[in-house]
Amino acid sequence: MIERRPIADFVGHLILIVTVLIVAFPIYLAVIAASHDLAGISQVPMPLLPGSEFFTNMANALLEGPKIVGVGRGTSALLLMSNSLIMAISIAVGKIIISLLSAFAIVYFRFPLRTFFFWMIFITLMLPVEVRIIPTFKVVADLGLLDTYTGLVLPLIASATATFLFRQFFMTVPDELVEAARIDGAGPMRFFWDVLVPLSRTSIAAMFVIQFIYGWNQYLWPLLIAAAPEYQTIVLAIGRLMRAPDAYEEWPLIMAMAVLALLPPVVVVVLMQRWFVKGLVETEK
Amino acid sequence: MKSAGKLARAAVTLLAGTAILAGAGQALAQDNRIEIHWWHAMAGARGELLNQLVEGFNKGQDKYKVIATNKGNYPEAMTAAMAAFRAGKAPHILQVFEVGTGTMMASRAAIKPVYQLMQENGYKFDPSTYITSVTGYYSTSDGKMLSYPFNSSTPIMYYNKDAFAKAGLDPEKPPRTWQEFEPALKKLKESGSTCPFITSWQTWVHLENFSALHNVPFATKANGLDGLDTELKFNSPLHVRHITTLANWMKEGLMVYGGRKNEPNGKFASGECAILMESSAGYASFTKAPFKWGMAMLPYYSDVQGAPQNSIIGGASLWVMARHTPEEYKGVAQFFDYLAATENQVFWHTKSGYLPITPMAYETTKSSGFYAANPGTDVSVRQMTLNPPTENSKGLRLGNFVQIRDVMDEELEAVWSGKKQPKEALDTAVERGNRLLRQFERDVKR
Amino acid sequence: MEKRVVFHNKYLPYLLVAPQIAITVIFFFWPASQAIVQSVLREDAFGVSSHFVGLDNFIALFEDEYYLNSFKVTALFSTLVTVIGLSLSLLLAVTADRIIRAATLYKTFLIWPYAVAPAVAGALWGFVFLPGPGIVAYLLQQMGVDWNFHLNGAQAMFVVVVAATWKQISYNFLFFLAGLQSIPKSLIEAAAIDGAGPVRRFWTIVLPLLSPTLFFLIVVNVVYAFFETFGVIHSLTRGGPAKATEILVYKVWYDGFEAQDLGGSSAQSVILMAIVIGLTVIQFRYIERKVHY
Repeated sequence: MIERRPIADFVGHLILIVTVLIVAFPIYLAVIAASHDLAGISQVPMPLLPGSEFFTNMANALLEGPKIVGVGRGTSALLLMSNSLIMAISIAVGKIIISLLSAFAIVYFRFPLRTFFFWMIFITLMLPVEVRIIPTFKVVADLGLLDTYTGLVLPLIASATATFLFRQFFMTVPDELVEAARIDGAGPMRFFWDVLVPLSRTSIAAMFVIQFIYGWNQYLWPLLIAAAPEYQTIVLAIGRLMRAPDAYEEWPLIMAMAVLALLPPVVVVVLMQRWFVKGLVETEK
Repeated sequence: MKSAGKLARAAVTLLAGTAILAGAGQALAQDNRIEIHWWHAMAGARGELLNQLVEGFNKGQDKYKVIATNKGNYPEAMTAAMAAFRAGKAPHILQVFEVGTGTMMASRAAIKPVYQLMQENGYKFDPSTYITSVTGYYSTSDGKMLSYPFNSSTPIMYYNKDAFAKAGLDPEKPPRTWQEFEPALKKLKESGSTCPFITSWQTWVHLENFSALHNVPFATKANGLDGLDTELKFNSPLHVRHITTLANWMKEGLMVYGGRKNEPNGKFASGECAILMESSAGYASFTKAPFKWGMAMLPYYSDVQGAPQNSIIGGASLWVMARHTPEEYKGVAQFFDYLAATENQVFWHTKSGYLPITPMAYETTKSSGFYAANPGTDVSVRQMTLNPPTENSKGLRLGNFVQIRDVMDEELEAVWSGKKQPKEALDTAVERGNRLLRQFERDVKR
Repeated sequence: MEKRVVFHNKYLPYLLVAPQIAITVIFFFWPASQAIVQSVLREDAFGVSSHFVGLDNFIALFEDEYYLNSFKVTALFSTLVTVIGLSLSLLLAVTADRIIRAATLYKTFLIWPYAVAPAVAGALWGFVFLPGPGIVAYLLQQMGVDWNFHLNGAQAMFVVVVAATWKQISYNFLFFLAGLQSIPKSLIEAAAIDGAGPVRRFWTIVLPLLSPTLFFLIVVNVVYAFFETFGVIHSLTRGGPAKATEILVYKVWYDGFEAQDLGGSSAQSVILMAIVIGLTVIQFRYIERKVHY
């Protein structure tokens, strides 16, 4: 930097370290809570050091978790997690595909209904599924999609965030590339596959992270759509444990399942953070 | 940057893999039995007990197969069923919490009353073989059962015997009246307790059950059982007196507020609070508590005539949804008959802590020595059956009851935080509640 | 914002937008139109009997002091979440930008709350602030604070703001940091040579150059606070005490799900949709042209 200021550097590190500690604190507590038994965690104030029950609780969450939330016997939390994974990946991939295509059409073509479609898509930008959930359920039921992955996934693909970001990114792609492609005699789809998609790699990666997390964290929608045990997800299971009637909250188990539910999205974010940020920021310019 | 593409490919492969796995899992169980779907809200240990009951039924005959599915908590399960009914996909049986009773009844075309279901399928239905203070909540005023009481409980008092001993109170003689309460709380406080008294479900305990126990109306028209044109009555001088007492206790640090639902349970379980009022079904929360504790009936004002009358229930009942085939209804009736069998009642009552619904089940449990071995577990049943229920203590049937409870909670919280006087708060709650009742009445009659 | 060079094809563009449009129409516009229909009806919970009531549901809403209250709560909540979240993360980003070598490490540690489900985030913070065993609640009580967010509206607001900000702070931080790192160092050096100190440099050079990022983040954060914090509110305060934390989306959900008042809830959905459409139009028509990227 401009001035060398050891004291300022020190203060800077201090601020960041303290923030990191504060930010990580609730997650640390989750792990701590997952390492005690119920009596241990109910002390006042709660313990701040790990107990000895971590592996018991984790095993319990993995093997008994689904049974405890009434999801059915013989299944393990792995089934719940694989459902979450299917949902998260399908939503992410589905959104990316349809959004790339529609953003391509809107940016690179001129056609009579363009503005109309543009608005139609962008109006859906912000309205979450929660506020129109009952009529949406009816549509899914009428289409016979209850208790299917399609029913879980398809309606959540109807949002404009990805289209919005790809559109923004395509705007920054230099026009010369199109001209060059034209001169080479490449058609629009050739240009799309060979030039645009590879160029959008980082945006796609960023979108993947955002949508993966969005899909993974869904609660209300799978709750309504999935009646059969085979389609339950892990976040759903935690929600159930936390709000079961007349039950006391088994914090160690809840937190152990929370740790399980946290792992995949955290891994995705941390591993992909480089592309995540870059993709979003590039798009923004 | 290449690895982004690799990652995507890996993701797709993984996706395909898991889809196949899931498909294989589904193909496993196939049989030709008639399926009966039951949506419920039980999770944890009770969800497991429920599954055992269902399994017993499914093994005991080969015509029907009950499939029990947890659909979230009570409101979530109810909304799921509402949405499903509109789409023609409703389950056969739906577990609905007691405050949803008014809403279910108002949708006559969407439900099939249980007494009718049993009659049509050849089951003799005799209301007198049930504990009426339990079934009354879910029956018409002439005793016809509309929904099947599945998990019922009633509020009781839990107290920390160690804390009592420390405060110089007799651990075997908890205060029986509200008048005896104050000196006991003071002693607890003097002995160092930071939380002598706390309550879960404040409206259910201190307004609804309080009314029933003192045999005063909570609402007109037999608390709504006799008609939709009911009006709330919980702003009487007696109610104001009680809320004022509690408010004073909070000011003096004799009582602590811990939330609307059962959040306070944790504070009792940890030993922080000495006395807790909570559902009788909550006792499993305290089995691991590191101190001795006991259960007792709710206190009453000894100068009120007719007190203690009897307490009323909470919990949930099973409603049968309309628009299914007679064949399926036959299975539902058979399943209900199975649930009412004494052995299953005893199983459910003793394991889950919910109330039995037949006197037979109670007697059988008693003679099995269960209550003697687990002292206090019969407090709830005894409190429920102190006296034959009057029109003030049969139950409550109010439309928009979920919102009315929230209104009461809000107004009580305004008292606890010192923003409102008890009288003012209860008057406002009654007025706001009555507005909700009128809105419901209009909607139903339209 | 238009491309000068485009492709020409009569059918292809329709084919390309078809999947997106189909899904949007089936799962967004169709249900939304159902919500509009529902908003002029009164129905029992199961939809067996329904009656047209005109605008009664809307009139009832605007006569409901708690509905108006939830607008105020939403405004307060989203302002707090946006302002606190952005200032904190800007401070962090500026700090991290100074010590670039360790920045990646800090980034990694700061990013994960973004991945936590709102409901789980709510549970975690609820656990921290739980009067009694909750560790922060315990410390506050030791310091003599009468801590009980079940009773005190301001404390409840504080708790939901903390939880909501916590989830968003990493996202903001990453954008600010990337924005800062893309500012040409030569500009800052030039200013330093002219004798501008760090604070002055920040206000006169860094912040203006950061304005597109700032604007983008304001939009993202407001939308986040409006709609995506439902899970946080639901698991922490359920809108209470006395509706002190009842934001609009929570009320829509409450009236529809808990109170089973579909008419009233749909009317609120319609109003929300109108607000969202309005905001979107403003964003695209007006603001996007004013802020130069």
